[in-house]
Amino acid sequence: MKQHLQNPTKNPPPTTTSGSTGVVTDMRVIVPLQGVVQGGGGGLILGSIIPCALFYFFQLYLKSKNRSGDDSAAPPPPQLPEIEPPGGGLQRVQSVRSIWSPRGSNSQVSSRASFVIKQVDNPYYVGLEKSCLDCYDEVCNPGGIIQLGFDENKLSLDVVQDWLMAHTKCSIVCQDLQMNGITAYHPFDGLSELKMAVAGFMSQVMEGRVLFDPSQMNLTSGVSPAIEMLVFCLADLGNAFLVPSPYSPELTFEVKHTTFQLHDDMESLDRDIKWRTGVEIIPVPCRSSDNFSLSTASLNRAYNQAKKRGLKVQGVIVSNPSNPVGNLLTRETLYNLLDFATEKNIHVIANETLVGPIDDKNQEFVSMAEIINSEEYDRKRVHIVYGLSKDISLPGFKVGVVYSFNQTVLQASKKLMRFSSVSSLSQRLLVSMFNDSRFVREFIKINRERVERMSDLFVGGLKELGIKCMKSSRGSYCWADMSGFIRPYSEKGELELWEKLLNVAKINATPGSCCHCIEPGWFRFCFASLTEKQVPLVMERIREVL
Amino acid sequence: MTQTGPRRLRNSALDDDSQPQPQPQPSSSTTGMRLIVPLQGIVQGRGGLILGSVIPCAMFYFLQFYLKRRRSPPASNPPSPGNLTDLSRSASRSNLLLPRGRPHVSSRVSSIAKANDSPYYIGLDKATSDPYDRLCNPGGVVQLGLAENRLTLDLIENWITNNLNESILGGGLSVSGIVTYQPHDGMPELKLAMAGLMSQVVGKTVTFNPSQIVLTSGATPAIEILCFALADQGNTFLIPAPYYPGFDRDMKWRTGVELIPVHCRSSDNFTLSIPVLEQAFNQARKRGQKVKGILLSNPSNPVGNLMTRETLLSLLDFAREKNIHIISDEIFSGSTFGDEEFVSMAEIIDSEDADKDRVHIVYGLSKDLSLPGFRVGVIYSYNENVLTVARKMTRFSSVSAPTQRLVTSMLSDTTFIKSYTERNRERLRTMYDLFVDGLKELGIGCTKSSGGLYCWCDMSGLIRPYNEKGELDLWDKLLNVGKINITPGSSCHCIEPGWFRCCFTTLDENDIPVVMERIRLVVEACKSPA
Repeated sequence: MKQHLQNPTKNPPPTTTSGSTGVVTDMRVIVPLQGVVQGGGGGLILGSIIPCALFYFFQLYLKSKNRSGDDSAAPPPPQLPEIEPPGGGLQRVQSVRSIWSPRGSNSQVSSRASFVIKQVDNPYYVGLEKSCLDCYDEVCNPGGIIQLGFDENKLSLDVVQDWLMAHTKCSIVCQDLQMNGITAYHPFDGLSELKMAVAGFMSQVMEGRVLFDPSQMNLTSGVSPAIEMLVFCLADLGNAFLVPSPYSPELTFEVKHTTFQLHDDMESLDRDIKWRTGVEIIPVPCRSSDNFSLSTASLNRAYNQAKKRGLKVQGVIVSNPSNPVGNLLTRETLYNLLDFATEKNIHVIANETLVGPIDDKNQEFVSMAEIINSEEYDRKRVHIVYGLSKDISLPGFKVGVVYSFNQTVLQASKKLMRFSSVSSLSQRLLVSMFNDSRFVREFIKINRERVERMSDLFVGGLKELGIKCMKSSRGSYCWADMSGFIRPYSEKGELELWEKLLNVAKINATPGSCCHCIEPGWFRFCFASLTEKQVPLVMERIREVL
Repeated sequence: MTQTGPRRLRNSALDDDSQPQPQPQPSSSTTGMRLIVPLQGIVQGRGGLILGSVIPCAMFYFLQFYLKRRRSPPASNPPSPGNLTDLSRSASRSNLLLPRGRPHVSSRVSSIAKANDSPYYIGLDKATSDPYDRLCNPGGVVQLGLAENRLTLDLIENWITNNLNESILGGGLSVSGIVTYQPHDGMPELKLAMAGLMSQVVGKTVTFNPSQIVLTSGATPAIEILCFALADQGNTFLIPAPYYPGFDRDMKWRTGVELIPVHCRSSDNFTLSIPVLEQAFNQARKRGQKVKGILLSNPSNPVGNLMTRETLLSLLDFAREKNIHIISDEIFSGSTFGDEEFVSMAEIIDSEDADKDRVHIVYGLSKDLSLPGFRVGVIYSYNENVLTVARKMTRFSSVSAPTQRLVTSMLSDTTFIKSYTERNRERLRTMYDLFVDGLKELGIGCTKSSGGLYCWCDMSGLIRPYNEKGELDLWDKLLNVGKINITPGSSCHCIEPGWFRCCFTTLDENDIPVVMERIRLVVEACKSPA
């Protein structure tokens, strides 16, 4: 009896062994059970123990199965890092103290930190780093790399410079405000003067079609923290956002940074440590045949796919004008997007760049704020991000705006601003700059003219080389189709061309694969950091490679 | 009948967790036998056996089911019932799409969004909305809760007025230097100047290496970034209590890291002792928590005392023995005014030749240069990995370029900095003496402090009952009746009730009598009924 009692618990796997050794296993199963039955008494106890044990082992088995199943279903796993002790072979000196330390000397950084460290390999960052180290300069370093990967507008710097020369002192010192005003603690979410000024500026840009409410704004130190903060506020771990691809190569870091976590599954047998990125990005592929515009059908498809994978979709992140393609979202697209969001009950984060009204008849910039104002949508699901410093080409100022209609999000992000607040000095400068509406109007006009001229020059130059660009409405970059020049027609071919451009031609462009473009051979060129004189040089360098 | 009943039940119980056991298909008859034979036996045997198998099976199944459901969607309110997918839609888009239920925000955020409940923040808000001003608002709340130095504003103001244009725009550098893309972790020039300042503040006993500096928008993100880099979610940091109330937000909110207070007591003059630290460490271990480091503030905030060389050395030993990190927040290191000597962790680690990579120092300009509005913080670490992570994370909290320019030239003006630091110390000393003497006259004692912009005073004699409630009652009275905002010890996680932090640097010397008078009124009101 005792023997029987032990047997089933000791040998539960018979149920999982294959049929080839059938006879033996059968015997093993049957005999103990028969024994139990015939043994009579204690049936109740045994009857409870056996299924429990069986069940327990089942669970174990299923767990390990599920685990591997998960893996294959998961999206391109975010480069699972083997977490190796950082600072590898630190030479240690034998001091009295160090003998104490029980296990290895080097103090490890957190696993999520090692994840961040390993994330560099993306060509976008490689290119940026490389071109920073060996920067082109007409006089000092004519053989250096020309930076076309970083979206930065240097075309109108002189205008800003003149203004700053004339007004810096005044905007900071000669106000009746005391010094207190700039050096003291100020609300983390931004000075109310600047919020007012920004609201005024944005309304002006929208030609009065929308009135912005300063109380719905929070100011952050740039666009990145603004997006990061919204993602943190809107999504829990394991949730997902839909993002029309191609999208900005920096978005991945922005979305994932605060949320990626280490998930240590205690129940797993092998105790493997598994990475789960907290918030996923689900790309919604847009194609060149549709001019890379967003369709509801593809949104729906991506949404359903995500659902099938068990991910809860919390929202859509769009940028308008789209980065890297540069086209504007039409009014119709925005309506469809909001309909979609309403239908699925999810959020919309719109990353908008305001460059003022454009004269182009067939294209018009429509802000999400305008749509939401005019229609009976639930405003609480719409959150808009503006890169202030980008709009008036002051990238170093690093000021971003979160504009939301959702009180909870506003409250929370206001408190989170403690982690990325803007220096009051820069805020003061911006206040007086925005309040000088004549200057702003003039600046916008001059800047647009210059960007357009540059765009014509650059796109024209590419055309001569046989490279076509997407018709970009504005923005300081263009999205060029070099698929004719890559061989093989795949991501590999694209990266080869990128490498050639970087190392041979000494030009840093952003390959489409970094932007998660589904079609190979597209490149983003940011031309606004060039001078007109440099364009022929760039074209010459590209020509050589082709 | 009975034969198939239990069988189906068992099978379905197994089936539901996706694939149950791999039923080898080819030899189906054998498997059938395998299952049926024992079951027959069971059926023919006692009924108890059947029940005994079915009941626990079912229970187990439901337990699993329940656990599954609880675990899978990490909270967030269940989605609203209105599933609109099959709603037929008409051409008019707006009206039919009435939002069914609000879009959900993340569950993490609701705790952050909810109103301030800590007296520290309530007090700050109140004092901000109704600030005392000698002329315009003499009935307002006096702000003694914010560690902000206004004693030396005039010096800063003078310098800025004289040097503004040159520092931001001048120096032969074109404006492109200030408005174009900068490395997120700070301009090299500023790092160089910052290293100079840091070494000057600690009395030139240490030289700081600019390449180990990462600049952030204030010390707050500096601490968060370090916390993020050193600990994973669910890990813990030991922290000597009482501690600065803001750490709770900086360390926990987004990183998911827990703080374990290591209680220091008034009998030891609130100094940290290693045995207590050890005890806290072991307790945390016992609870299954992983301790990743110690977070110190030196000079201590809110007590204001300094850590001795011996304490620092033994702390380092402790950290080594346990293989954990040390974050040393030295943001007040230039605001020391006592006779005691300030010893930086950098100095201790400099004299050691190994194991530097577990020490990380936080610094900033908010206190020592009284430039909190500029949002300039510093991470100084000896750990290359931590620096790499921090540099990447500064994308989310970088310092604005014009500010960097201005600060660079201010810090490079060494004569100014030197005279500024000296005069700042003098004024702090004077103010501290005045304030502490005033309190003494009211019968309120303070711990001896040598640094910081505050004093840590003992009002335990005035609170009744002698517990946190009594303390908060007194705080409430001071705020609403006395119109004075100070920080109660409970906000700083002080284990003994009745201690308060008063920041005296926001005051003018002339305001001190007003403050003392207001405190006196409350103190007398507390004493009279007794």
